[in-house]
Amino acid sequence: MSQSYNRGLIEDFGRWREFSAGMWAWIFHKFTGWMLIGYLFTHIAVLSSFLAGPEAYTDTIQGLEGLLLIRMLEVGLLAVAVFHILNGIRLLLVDLGIGLDSQDKSFYASLILTGIITVASVPTFLDGFGGVLG
Amino acid sequence: MSTQKQREPESQEPSDGETTPTPQERRLERKESDRAVREEAADESDLEEETVLLKVFRYDPEVADKQEPRFDEFHVPFEKGMTVLDAVIYARDTYDPSLTFRHSCRQAVCGSDAFFVNGKQRLACKTQISELDQPVRVEPLPHQEVIKDLVVDMDHFYDQMHAVEPYFQSEELPDDELEEQRQSRENREKIKMSSRCIWCAACMSSCNIAAGDNQYLGPAAINKAYKFAMDDREEAELTEHRLRIIEQEHGVWRCQTQFSCTEVCPKDIPLTEHIQELKREAVKKNLKFW
Repeated sequence: MSQSYNRGLIEDFGRWREFSAGMWAWIFHKFTGWMLIGYLFTHIAVLSSFLAGPEAYTDTIQGLEGLLLIRMLEVGLLAVAVFHILNGIRLLLVDLGIGLDSQDKSFYASLILTGIITVASVPTFLDGFGGVLG
Repeated sequence: MSTQKQREPESQEPSDGETTPTPQERRLERKESDRAVREEAADESDLEEETVLLKVFRYDPEVADKQEPRFDEFHVPFEKGMTVLDAVIYARDTYDPSLTFRHSCRQAVCGSDAFFVNGKQRLACKTQISELDQPVRVEPLPHQEVIKDLVVDMDHFYDQMHAVEPYFQSEELPDDELEEQRQSRENREKIKMSSRCIWCAACMSSCNIAAGDNQYLGPAAINKAYKFAMDDREEAELTEHRLRIIEQEHGVWRCQTQFSCTEVCPKDIPLTEHIQELKREAVKKNLKFW
C-alpha cells in the first residue's frame, strides 16, 4: 500500500459511444447553452450597427442576409434554441420529480421534435434568398 | 484426437457384422458404448470450445515489472450462468494467483465487487457473462485510486458516506424499554428503495460531477441522507440538521441530473429521484413567502 495508481479521468469524451441518454442530454444542453450565449454577443454587435444610423443598420442586415452561410447558421441557431427550450422543459419536469423513469424517452422526444421543427423551418429561412435582398 | 480413434471400429462395422452373429452382438454393444463415449467427448469439446476472453486490468506497485498498468488476457471456459465474478475467480485460481480483487458474498449483498466491466460500472457477481460483448474488459472502478489490480481505494467514498451521519439518531425513546420504535407502512414504503444501498460505490464512480469535484457528497451519500431525512420517526430539528448537511455547496446542488448513477446502480435505487426530492425539500425549508 506504499503507492497507488491514479488513472485520471477514465470516462473522458473518448468513451462517447458508451454515454447514456441522460449524459447526452447534459452535454447537448451545455453545448446549446454556450452557443446561445455566443449568439447573444454577435446579436448585440449586429444590432449596435443602428448607432451609425438607420441606413448602416439596413445595409448590415441586408449584407448578412445575402450570405448563404448566414441563412444556414440561422437554421442552426433555431435548432440550438429549440433543443435548449425543449430539454429545459424536460429538466424542469425532472426537477419537479415528474416522469423520472422516462427521462431518456423525453430526451429522444425533444431531439426528434427539434429535428422536425428545424427541417420545417428551412423554407422560411431560405425564403427570398438571392432575390430581393441579394 | 480422441474422437478420430473411436471412429475406426465404426467404419469396419458393416462388413464384419454380416459374417458372424455373436461377435456382431458384441460389436453392436461396443458400438453403443463407443457412441456414448464419443457423445460425451463431443459434449466436452463443445464446452472447451466455448471460452470467454477476459481482458483484466493489472497493476502492482510492489513488483518492479508490474508498476506500469497493463491488460492481461485470460481464456476462461464458459459455463451456463457464469458471472463476471465467476470468470475472474476462475482466472485467479487457474492461471494467476496474484490476480487481486475484492469479493465476499457472491450474491450482490456485500457490495465489494463493483468493477468497470465493458465501459460500465457493474457488480461482477450480478453480471452475466452471456449478456456481455466479448472480449470482456474488466477494470477497477474509475475515479478512484488503484491499489492493486481491481482493488481501488474506497476511503474517500466511505468518508463521504459517513459525512451525512448515516445512522438513526432520534432522541425520543419509546415509553417502555423493550418497545420497538415503530414506523408507519407508508413511511417504510417511501424509504424502501433508498435502504437497499450496499455501499458498492458504482454510482460514485459513474458520476461525472463527483469525478471533477472531490468534495461532492456523491449519489450514495445523498441517498443515505434521504433515507434518514425522510424517516418520520426522527424529530423535525434532526431532519433540518440533515438537510443542512446536504444543501451545502458540495451537496445536492452539484447534481446535474445526468442519471449516470441511476443507470449503474446494481440495486435499482432511483438515486436521481431521491436527490431531486432532497433538492425540493431544501428549497421548501429555505423559501418562506410569509
